[in-house]
Amino acid sequence: MSRRLPALRLVQPDSQVQAIMGQVMLALVPATAFGLFLFGLPAMFLFAVTVLAALGFEGICLSLAGKPVRATLLDGSAVLTGWLIAMTLPPWAPWWIGVVGSGLAIVVGKQVFGGLGQNIFNPAMLARVALLVSFPLEMTTWVDPAPPLSPGAPAWFDSLAITFGASGVPDGVTGATLIGHIKTEFSQGRRLGEALVSGDYGALKSFLGWIRGSMGETSAALLLLGGIWMIRRKLITWHIPVAMLLTVAVLASLFALIDGDRYPGPLFHLFSGALMLAAFFIATDYVTSPSSPVGQLIFGAGCGLIVFVIRTWGGYPEGVGFAVLLMNAMTPTIDHYVRPRIYGRDRKGRPLDLPAGNDG
Amino acid sequence: MNQEFRKIARDGLWDNNIVFSQSIGLCPLLAVTGTATNGLGMGLATAAVMVVCNVLISHGRALIPPEIRIPIFVVLIAMVVTLVDMVMNAWLHEMHKVLGLFIPLIVTNCAILGRVEAFASRRPLAQSAADGLMMGLGFTLALVVLGAAREIVGAGTLFADAALLMGDSFAWLETVVIDPYRGFLLMALPPGGFLMLGFILAGKKLIDRRLAARQQRAMPIGDSLAENS
Repeated sequence: MSRRLPALRLVQPDSQVQAIMGQVMLALVPATAFGLFLFGLPAMFLFAVTVLAALGFEGICLSLAGKPVRATLLDGSAVLTGWLIAMTLPPWAPWWIGVVGSGLAIVVGKQVFGGLGQNIFNPAMLARVALLVSFPLEMTTWVDPAPPLSPGAPAWFDSLAITFGASGVPDGVTGATLIGHIKTEFSQGRRLGEALVSGDYGALKSFLGWIRGSMGETSAALLLLGGIWMIRRKLITWHIPVAMLLTVAVLASLFALIDGDRYPGPLFHLFSGALMLAAFFIATDYVTSPSSPVGQLIFGAGCGLIVFVIRTWGGYPEGVGFAVLLMNAMTPTIDHYVRPRIYGRDRKGRPLDLPAGNDG
Repeated sequence: MNQEFRKIARDGLWDNNIVFSQSIGLCPLLAVTGTATNGLGMGLATAAVMVVCNVLISHGRALIPPEIRIPIFVVLIAMVVTLVDMVMNAWLHEMHKVLGLFIPLIVTNCAILGRVEAFASRRPLAQSAADGLMMGLGFTLALVVLGAAREIVGAGTLFADAALLMGDSFAWLETVVIDPYRGFLLMALPPGGFLMLGFILAGKKLIDRRLAARQQRAMPIGDSLAENS
């Protein structure tokens, strides 16, 4: 390091960005490791493909735009985007889902706006929603947990075939996620109690994450752990996650109290789907969320409200992606109306009256 | 004379293309370009309207009082669109069923009123006819390019159903580009239209920049100085 010429430091990766991205990834490690363990080799292949594709697309875009390729690649933002996409994918999805997702996120979601810090929408959620709309079958094929060496786990070549072959996921090991399951049951006129029993629901099981779901979204406990660690390290503030989770919890409690047969309770909502991942790792994206604390509270509450509305009355079983994107679109408006008061001026920007002109 | 028509053609097809340069008429553009066939049909219908409107208004421009020219233009355009609508309903019935809603809406395509106001109402007949034709063909080009790009990415085909929509003589247009293909639904939906249009506009800018750079290089130094001054 010391032998480097000072001028060369200009093209070094932005150390602050790199440090933040590194710590966010560290916070993601427990949930990711659990997800990769839970869903075995196909999940690991998909994860690797998605992250590598994100790096590849970032590199292509940067070189097309004539920006320093190596330095920007090393800042870790592309890796993190690919990582987050992989965590929201069905674990045994084919490889091209990961590649297309990374491409959408990096090219359409990030680089066409001008790269890191310029994008309006969260790239990972944009990719996830675009994939869900485009490939409904592949994006809703959920497998049972099958850790390596367990009876249901595919061997090496079967795993390669699942991720890279044309065969796809074998029938018989798939099923609906819990929120998808109760949605179907409701549409057939069943009550919540029966739906939860037939869906084999357990609050503790959901919390720990031994359930069907996206690769890195199943374990609410480990995501919560990573999230709290990030708040303690001051990487994120508590406003967005707490507002988002609290809104969902309050709404769920309220409706469960009104009609317990039709609305699942708060624990079910908090520990299902992508909510925990989004609350700590996705909605808190600096670029696409409001900058003031009050704005962040509004943003988080808005995300929570939309998630609850879509889950409860919408056509899709899960609404986290749509919620984050819609509130991303609201962010400039929130930032416009919720601004800290400038020192010496009132909220409208007019100079304050001098004490002499004040009655009090 | 010849020079003038060449410029009209160049403006309509590329330099001043309704979609790629003026960025107007985007509503029908985004609405119907799910497939290249639909784009072609809509483009040709619009082109026909543009030629007839330009001819009518250029011919009668001495009779139109400037104070009420816009209502007169609108009435004339509406009449021509109604005729095109009826003609398509009679002879291109299948295509009319697909594009049905959008054919009457050609009347609201700002590109037509724009060409009439900016060109036909103040230029001679022949030039106006040429302008209408070239602008219309340029619009058709944009619709076909965008429709083809969306169709290839979205469904893996090109000019699907051309025989059904435009008659058996167009059956040779139908191609399967990627086979087998899962389909990329996003591109067939409206957001795909916006995304693809963005990429195509960026591509056009890139080509223009390359062309300008080449021209700059080819030009002797004296000329380039004269141009800059």
